[in-house]
Amino acid sequence: MTELEYALNTFYLLICAALVMWMAAGFTMLEAGLVRARNTVEILTKNVALYAIACLMYFLVGYQMMYPGEGVNAFWPGFGFGVSAENALADLTAEGSEVAFSSLADFMFQVVFVATAMSIVSGAVAERMKLWAFLAFAVVMTGVIYPWQGYWSWGGGVLDGLGYSDYAGGGIVHMAGAAAALAGVLLLGPRAGKYTADGRPRAIPGANLPLATLGMFILWMGWFGFNGGSELAVAGFGSANAVAKVFVNTNLAAAAGLVAALLFARFLFGKADLTMALNGALAGLVSITAGPSTPEPWLAVLIGAVGGVVVVASILAFDRIRIDDPVGAISVHGVCGILGLLAVPLSNPDATFLGQIAGIALIGGFVFVASLGVWAALNATLGIRVHPDDERAGLDFAECGMEAYPDFAHGGD
Amino acid sequence: MKLITAIIKPFKLDDVREALAEVGVQGMTVSETRGFGRQKGHTELYRGAEYVVDFLPKIKLEIAVPDDQVERVIETLTETARSGRIGDGKIFVTELERVVRIRTGEVNESAL
Repeated sequence: MTELEYALNTFYLLICAALVMWMAAGFTMLEAGLVRARNTVEILTKNVALYAIACLMYFLVGYQMMYPGEGVNAFWPGFGFGVSAENALADLTAEGSEVAFSSLADFMFQVVFVATAMSIVSGAVAERMKLWAFLAFAVVMTGVIYPWQGYWSWGGGVLDGLGYSDYAGGGIVHMAGAAAALAGVLLLGPRAGKYTADGRPRAIPGANLPLATLGMFILWMGWFGFNGGSELAVAGFGSANAVAKVFVNTNLAAAAGLVAALLFARFLFGKADLTMALNGALAGLVSITAGPSTPEPWLAVLIGAVGGVVVVASILAFDRIRIDDPVGAISVHGVCGILGLLAVPLSNPDATFLGQIAGIALIGGFVFVASLGVWAALNATLGIRVHPDDERAGLDFAECGMEAYPDFAHGGD
Repeated sequence: MKLITAIIKPFKLDDVREALAEVGVQGMTVSETRGFGRQKGHTELYRGAEYVVDFLPKIKLEIAVPDDQVERVIETLTETARSGRIGDGKIFVTELERVVRIRTGEVNESAL
């Protein structure tokens, strides 16, 4: 590889990292829009803090755990700290060298994925979880749980070579985030007022749908970095074409997911449901994430559209069985993450259905059980649910002592 | 002197203000408000679940007028605020005991 190719790949990876970093803004706006006004400051605080915690924890222990080079065994990577040593020029020019980009750029690209997995959790547990318990969970999730299971596939552990293929992290990032969220929601219970006395779900409308819409578009844009960057190279004829295909498939899947969800919700409810349309686009994006490089564009449209229909049905089903997920994160990232993983063997001969199912069971099962343990430990110590009075008054006042839209307020004398 | 309080549909405000100015109304106070009458509320849909909006947005006008203007103002209000459909609102007239203009201290009709 020439120095120019190395520089181009590195540059591409860093730009994609910046795009994925921006997805944190997308999640933040989406969640701020879909919760009630009295929980706005708290959800914003949670999102900015979780992003920062994810970056620090992954730097401290996560990165070396996920990519140990040589793990202790196929299941346990062992501990390591900090970032890897930067490449030397000799590494690049050596005969048969596989060095293709700066190792710090690789760290930069990986660290923003952790934050994405953690962002998924915050939406599902919104409006009733204690801020500090959530942030404590974020420390464990981003420092240990996420990198541990990431090692199994991307880091060369047990799933590597089992026919499990997860191009950009439909399972490793999205399904993992959703599994952690599901464990939290199960222990946390639904929001006060979500269900009638006879158990029917009630609507709790989000406060700001323009913000939610902006959040969705930011995520859609960031996803070009998420999927596009996962090619990990752009210099050269093959890489450049592969990246272009990933962009096209990612965009088409999102578009198809949105249209499918909009139509399906219109068919079910008789009205055009914006929040379902937004989740449809995200469902399309998640569904294509496990394999955006191999399907022909028409197949990407199909995968996205199926995701869009499935997410609507899934959100309604979770609502019915008392799993209260204010933003639909478990459906979007969990159910569609699994759907996307199962779609990979349709176009990728390196992936097998058995391998995909093994990955789903292993990653999903591990993250769910490990998270359940951490949530339970936090519940026994800090407590994870706010007091009912605080929930009624709003988490903004209870946790942050601040309102998003203060009226009739003035500085204390 | 009377205080005329009118609850009207928000989209009628411009027409009403213009018509009232034409019949000599010197000033008014307007607030955004919510409520229901015979119209009741309506249902909306969020993620497939219906929810009821009990209180619909309305505009409240408060106009203080001398006695000889009362009928004209009521007439103008009924004409311009009416759409003929349910939810057009109501007019309440109450006795006004005293009015003071804060800047000058003028009282009653000269303060209107």
